[in-house]
Amino acid sequence: MSERTTQPPETEEATDTGGETEPEPTPTTVTDGATSTVRALENAGIEVMFGVQGGAIMPVYDALWDSDLRHVMMAHEQGAAHAADAYNVVSGQPGVCLATSGPGATNLVTGLADANMDSDAVVALTGQVPQHMVGSDAFQETDTTGITAPITKNNYFASDPDTVGDTVGEAVALASSGRPGPTLVDLPKDVTNGETDREPGMPQTPETYTPQDEADEAAVAEAARAIESAEKPLLLFGGGVVKANASDVAREFAIEYDIPVVTTMPGIGTMPEDHDLCLSWAGMHGTGYANMAINHTDLLIAVGTRFDDRLTGGIETFAPSAEVIHVDIDPAEISKNIHADYPLIGDAGRVVEQLHDAVSEAPDADEWREQCQTWKAEYPMDYAAPDDEPLKPQFVVEALDEATSDEAIVTSGVGQHQMWASQYWTFRDPRKWISSHGLGTMGYGLPAAIGARLAADGDEEVVCIDGDGSFLMTVEELSVAVRENLDITVAILNNEYIGMVRQWQDAFFEGRHMAAGYSWIPEFDKLAEAFGARGWRVDDYDEVADAIEEALAYDGPSVIDFHIDPAENVYPMVPSGGANDKFALSEDQL
Amino acid sequence: MSGGLEGPEPEERPTPEGRRNSQGIRIDPEVEAEPDARRAVLSALVKHEPGVLANISGLFRRRQFNIESLTVGPTTDPDRARITLEIEEPEPGIEQAKKQLQKLVPVIAVTELEASAIRRELALIKVDGSAPDQVGAVAEMYDGKTVDVSQESVTVEITGSEQKIDAAVETFGRFGIHEIVRTGTAALERGTHKTT
Ligand SMILES: Cc1ncc(C[n+]2csc(CCOP(=O)(O)OP(=O)(O)O)c2C)c(N)n1
Repeated sequence: MSERTTQPPETEEATDTGGETEPEPTPTTVTDGATSTVRALENAGIEVMFGVQGGAIMPVYDALWDSDLRHVMMAHEQGAAHAADAYNVVSGQPGVCLATSGPGATNLVTGLADANMDSDAVVALTGQVPQHMVGSDAFQETDTTGITAPITKNNYFASDPDTVGDTVGEAVALASSGRPGPTLVDLPKDVTNGETDREPGMPQTPETYTPQDEADEAAVAEAARAIESAEKPLLLFGGGVVKANASDVAREFAIEYDIPVVTTMPGIGTMPEDHDLCLSWAGMHGTGYANMAINHTDLLIAVGTRFDDRLTGGIETFAPSAEVIHVDIDPAEISKNIHADYPLIGDAGRVVEQLHDAVSEAPDADEWREQCQTWKAEYPMDYAAPDDEPLKPQFVVEALDEATSDEAIVTSGVGQHQMWASQYWTFRDPRKWISSHGLGTMGYGLPAAIGARLAADGDEEVVCIDGDGSFLMTVEELSVAVRENLDITVAILNNEYIGMVRQWQDAFFEGRHMAAGYSWIPEFDKLAEAFGARGWRVDDYDEVADAIEEALAYDGPSVIDFHIDPAENVYPMVPSGGANDKFALSEDQL
Repeated sequence: MSGGLEGPEPEERPTPEGRRNSQGIRIDPEVEAEPDARRAVLSALVKHEPGVLANISGLFRRRQFNIESLTVGPTTDPDRARITLEIEEPEPGIEQAKKQLQKLVPVIAVTELEASAIRRELALIKVDGSAPDQVGAVAEMYDGKTVDVSQESVTVEITGSEQKIDAAVETFGRFGIHEIVRTGTAALERGTHKTT
């Protein structure tokens, strides 16, 4: 193991108040659109925001000078959006990001699209050229509301300093109510500079937005009868269970009625993965037993999932003999991909409670439960790690899991490493697995770790399990982690490939590795040092534990570059569009 | 090379009975059951603000709903506009279109109109001017009227159902059509039925 370190410059203790009590937050005085904007954020209880400066957003930044809101300056706006997104997933509070007009706003796009796919509450505030220049192709002008309309829950073009604060408040309220999602307010410079002394009201959702909390009682009763008489009932918990803070009631329901549980990938942690009833997550790289259960159930009780194709595989063969109960707060998700025999629209937690009350006896499903346990034994998640072969990524993930507390938070990039992280880490609680699911955004992991660190209570470790390719996409955010001295550990599963692509080339393109290999890749431990973080390189099994221990012990950002077996591929695998229970256990089964 | 994963191979695993169609509906595995498309007229009451129409047309483009026609205009309330949309989709697609529309924040209400609803479209048809009398006679046949006459052309205005306008266009074809413009369908429920 080679260890190279550069200590970050000692930060001066100037901020130490010497034991004095913290000063009371001084609310912003509203004098113009910008101060009104900041005031609206204060009213909404926002504490942290992530962003990058620039001409058109400068008035808002200037207003932040007088506010107690914490602003974390990011290296790139994509990082700001991902950090805000992860901040939301970990804390449940809306994540806020700021960018200037033009390139600042367009750099947010990937992060907003990501938040939109994963239903994360992110509020973006973008600067815009003054209104009299809008439409003239002015310097750094883009049609931000036009560009972001398809990837936000709603967006706003502020046109009046008197009402901009209310608009910002509405954007914040809307982002986290009902089915969460990203919102954006475009702020022309004449509006933020425009004088006003009007206090914004408390944040309110628009009157046309009225999500339904409770499901129809008669529909609940019908679904309850179906549960009582099911022979092979199966619960499917999605990300909606996390968003609705419904994990506890959902677990209670499963345990009380003794019904096996699979999760989706965003639903990881809603049921403890070491619980007998939990079959872990289903889908393309889900466990064999979860996928067997999904396709053999006669009653699928799906809560807070949108039946993404990475979960369902081919529609024709998805849970082909199951009736479906679908609980979701968003009516548009009901029967979008999979027809719901029992649609239950409402808040996941509330509807599961309703179901809990309505079911009078547990289904008679002893045989089915046994069958699920048999599948668990038949298709173990396992890997071979012979000493004479290069380091296996699964081993690294398990070693990290072991070395950290149960409270540890894991973020990831996108690729094989993401799959190994979700397969071989045992998650016991929601809001601990922070990843880019619906959009599959490489580069999500590091900025997400920054957002997660700022949202986390303090004691829990934040570990980013990244790929070499994904890490390179947002590596600049390491500068932020160093500057803010954020205690995060980045574990790169370095296969010198954009590995997931290479895996598909092996399987479906006759091994033609077009644009998949890195014939040259930076030494990430040295790169970490150059940024002022600490770095390790690990090549062998016997170096793994020590490097992890040292990295976790270091109070600040650290990067471990694990050089893993470049040929290792992710299994099980449901080929896209295939039947879930026909997952391949190795390449020759594809 | 991946090592370690055990278990029966794909072909050795039991296969459940049953099948879904492309809409995700569980069907008899033996039958062919792809739903037929049908025409639906949707009426949406929306906030009268910039960007709403772009949002709605963007939604339909993104979700690949087949728009047959789209009309928009103000209502008696200056803050509200009404959009009439005709789409042709299989049943689950129509439901989905309604729900996706309803989800847009500036959309106040969405209804699908009854088959009996009043549907009207306006067309201006400009035909060759060599036989103005005959053109006038045909226009009358369709309850239309001549709205412009020049040496070279006659323009008639026809309102009515889409089918009626299709028929009129065909008939006028024999004079030689120079230009044509159609508004797309506007629709309201009959009698005391409220549209939204
Ligand atoms: C922004 C972006 N570009 C491209 C892709 C397509 N893609 C999916 S996985 C993958 C490879 C990821 O490589 P790496 O981060 O090294 O992870 P590995 O699969 O090797 O673990 C690529 C290129 C993507 N998901 N996101």
